[in-house]
Amino acid sequence: MGQSFLFTFFALSTCLSAIAVVVSQTVVRMAFWLIISLGSTAALFFLAEADFVGAAQLLVYVGGTLVLLVFGVMLTASGPYLKIATAPGETIVAGLLGMLFLFMVYSSVGDVQWVGAEGVSAVKSAGDGGLQPGNTLRPIGLSLFGLRPDKDLDGDGPAAPGYLLPFEIVSVHLLVVLIGAAYLARAKRSRAANQ
Amino acid sequence: MLADNNINSYLLVGAVLFVCGVICMATKRNGIGVLMGVELVLNGANVNFVAFSKFTRLGLDGQVFSLFVIVLAAAEAAVALAIALNFYNNHLTIDVDRASKLRG
Repeated sequence: MGQSFLFTFFALSTCLSAIAVVVSQTVVRMAFWLIISLGSTAALFFLAEADFVGAAQLLVYVGGTLVLLVFGVMLTASGPYLKIATAPGETIVAGLLGMLFLFMVYSSVGDVQWVGAEGVSAVKSAGDGGLQPGNTLRPIGLSLFGLRPDKDLDGDGPAAPGYLLPFEIVSVHLLVVLIGAAYLARAKRSRAANQ
Repeated sequence: MLADNNINSYLLVGAVLFVCGVICMATKRNGIGVLMGVELVLNGANVNFVAFSKFTRLGLDGQVFSLFVIVLAAAEAAVALAIALNFYNNHLTIDVDRASKLRG
């Protein structure tokens, strides 16, 4: 009962602040509503027994990416073309198209009978391998090392694949991306300094 | 309809986030607003991954994939902000309608 109430509260908060991101015209207000939306999504992750993903969402998304976005807003919030507004006709057309699109997506997704979607938590049904519901930190860490103790419980057959190679690829990718971003955004003489 | 022991309510939240992100990307003329739309779309995909990880036999794979999505979204935001700052240095605005130099 309490969990259902919490889910309804955070789902409504997520959806309404996402709509507020679309509706609001100032970039700073959009950033604020985006923080509310992403934080409520992290709460939804906690409710879905994905505690490590929720914590990573709070740390990386809300603490890192959005701070980066707010810095971008601050660095670009001056100049002669500050007022950038959408025409009201475009807003109405976009709202109608969005409602049609949402109806199409949700009606097609809701018709599917998902295999195994019987309301049993897969993490919980992994059973006697020492997995508690919501205690996902150790299995996620082991799967990033290439070990899958949550999938190899029955013992027979080949070992389940882990995520060691994608983890290495993502870490090198992150390093390359950060070097490239620092190279792209380095301080140069702007056109304003030339004039 | 919004019961938490049902996969369809999670999928509805993911669909709303996805549609809001697409509309945000399509209508905002500010470059950073377009970036926020991308973040909303990726977040909707994350909600779907975690919902499938809870309610189907996918297991932990969905959660690991959503972790990868979070990391790649951070990388994408860094590069896109660098490009936006470069564009602002050259044009003194981040109105995406003014980025028309490649028009043939």
